[in-house]
Amino acid sequence: MAVQDLLRQRFFPHMWCPGCGHGTVLNSLLRAVLELGLSKNEIVMTSGIGCSARISGYVDFHSLHTLHGRALAFATGVKLSKPELTLLVPMGDGDALAIGGNHFIHAARRNIDITAIVMNNRIYGMTGGQFSPLSGIGVKATTAPYSTIDNNFDVVELATAAGATFVARSTTYHARECTELIKKAILHKGFSVVEILSQCPTHFGRKNREGDAGQMLENYKKITAKRGSKALEENPGLIGRGIFVEKEKPEYCQEYEKTIALAMKGAGR
Amino acid sequence: MNNVKFVQGNEACVEGALYAGVDFYAGYPITPSTEIAEHLSARLPARGGKFIQMEDEIASMCAIIGASLTGHKVMTATSGPGFSLKQEAIGYACMAEIPCVIVNVQRGGPSTGNPTHVGQGDINQARWGTHGDHAIIALTASNHQDVFSMTVEAFNLAETYRTPVILLLDEAVGHMREKLVIPEAGELETVDRLRTSVPKGVDYRPYLPREDGRLPMSDFGAEHRYNVTGLYHDMWGFPSASPRVVNELLRHLIDKIDNNSNAIIRYKEKFLEDADYVLISYGSSARSAIHLAKNRREKGEKIGVLELQTIWPFPAEIVREKCAGAR
Repeated sequence: MAVQDLLRQRFFPHMWCPGCGHGTVLNSLLRAVLELGLSKNEIVMTSGIGCSARISGYVDFHSLHTLHGRALAFATGVKLSKPELTLLVPMGDGDALAIGGNHFIHAARRNIDITAIVMNNRIYGMTGGQFSPLSGIGVKATTAPYSTIDNNFDVVELATAAGATFVARSTTYHARECTELIKKAILHKGFSVVEILSQCPTHFGRKNREGDAGQMLENYKKITAKRGSKALEENPGLIGRGIFVEKEKPEYCQEYEKTIALAMKGAGR
Repeated sequence: MNNVKFVQGNEACVEGALYAGVDFYAGYPITPSTEIAEHLSARLPARGGKFIQMEDEIASMCAIIGASLTGHKVMTATSGPGFSLKQEAIGYACMAEIPCVIVNVQRGGPSTGNPTHVGQGDINQARWGTHGDHAIIALTASNHQDVFSMTVEAFNLAETYRTPVILLLDEAVGHMREKLVIPEAGELETVDRLRTSVPKGVDYRPYLPREDGRLPMSDFGAEHRYNVTGLYHDMWGFPSASPRVVNELLRHLIDKIDNNSNAIIRYKEKFLEDADYVLISYGSSARSAIHLAKNRREKGEKIGVLELQTIWPFPAEIVREKCAGAR
């Protein structure tokens, strides 16, 4: 099987702008699925609304394109009702952490076996370039003509604090690294979060003078460093890449099986 | 006889749901519907089903839609404020044609209103609460035997027409205690959704209606992989903005219910044969209407009662017909 076999080619051409990082995320994700040898029938991809969310239409898995911010809530219903399925939930930054912030922290708290991928371009692309909770201070956006004064979430810190048991970060410049991280995230039993910095030259890059897609990708190389690397140690201002959290903790669906066993013995009555 | 119970209306609803075969419930605590969640949290796992308390009302609605797609019979319960919050996802279930049951035990409103007292103000929200053009089914019940059977009916209609079905109870019916006789298995009909007979490897078109408007489903995890979306979509579930595709889809969403309104509409009548006056009511107020009609009949006033058990689609023909002889 090849990557193309995982795509629904009749859905193409895709709707992403030239230079968008989301296609690279899709590529890394499909390679992870391919290398793990997963069957297409065992995967459900659930997404919300936004540029990122259209990813679910392009893949030849069971796909559920839902409401803005709610992908993880739908995914929770799919997973708990049929735990043998593998749940992949790619989300945009506004989708996952503004309108969907509540579902994000609670899915992490439950440690339900879902792989969440935050495709972070720091902007609402589909609506034309408004700032998001991941934009951070000093960013120009169509709703921040004088630049933003809003602090940003750190996805890694937030996911860790909320209880996610696998947390990682990379960028679209590091596509192979993304594949490796997504593979580990899928194999991890519990709630996994992979944040991938993904360039939006159309709305973020243009307004914030970050140049074209190539320059934005180069920038990811400059502003990030591997966890544990000397570069990161010497430059704490750099953004860390790699695995931040990887720990064992009871998984929600497995725990619910114990509840069923208790209930069947009549323990709750 | 252990099939006779003295229970709250909310428990009668739980018994009806279990009889109908519910095996997945997601919910969030809200008065006056909470007993439904409490009882199902004990009863569902005891028969291998799943119960989950979600982080909010919206998530509960989304979770049951997800679980329905894997082939389960699903339900949530709420009251006014939660019903408002669920509307966007109810619209999604209308658009993506996902069978699900939403119980709304009505209380006073608007806003927080009065959580512990009865209200019946959500009739129009049940019909028009979500945005855009669509049809919906909403059922009611005034006593516990009917709460039971209308809950079964709600599942049957949801599974038959692949639509959300709203069961509009109210606080008085939900919290009142009364006798309930649980029917024997098989006594009431229970319906499962149609599943596709399209074999593996053959093009399955999940949104191509049969001639009768019904859509055989394929469970997530089974052989057919397809796309489910809240966007206008073609017969494969692919987004489409083609005027022809959109027109066919919207017509289908409305026609599948409107064209079957005779099969969907349920009502009860009392003293209508010679009634000069007809009281039209539902839920707890139908009990008062029957009480009033009985009392006034003793004084010679010919009053009858028409109880609407299907509120949407609205039984306009029935109302017209039953009121034809009234003054």
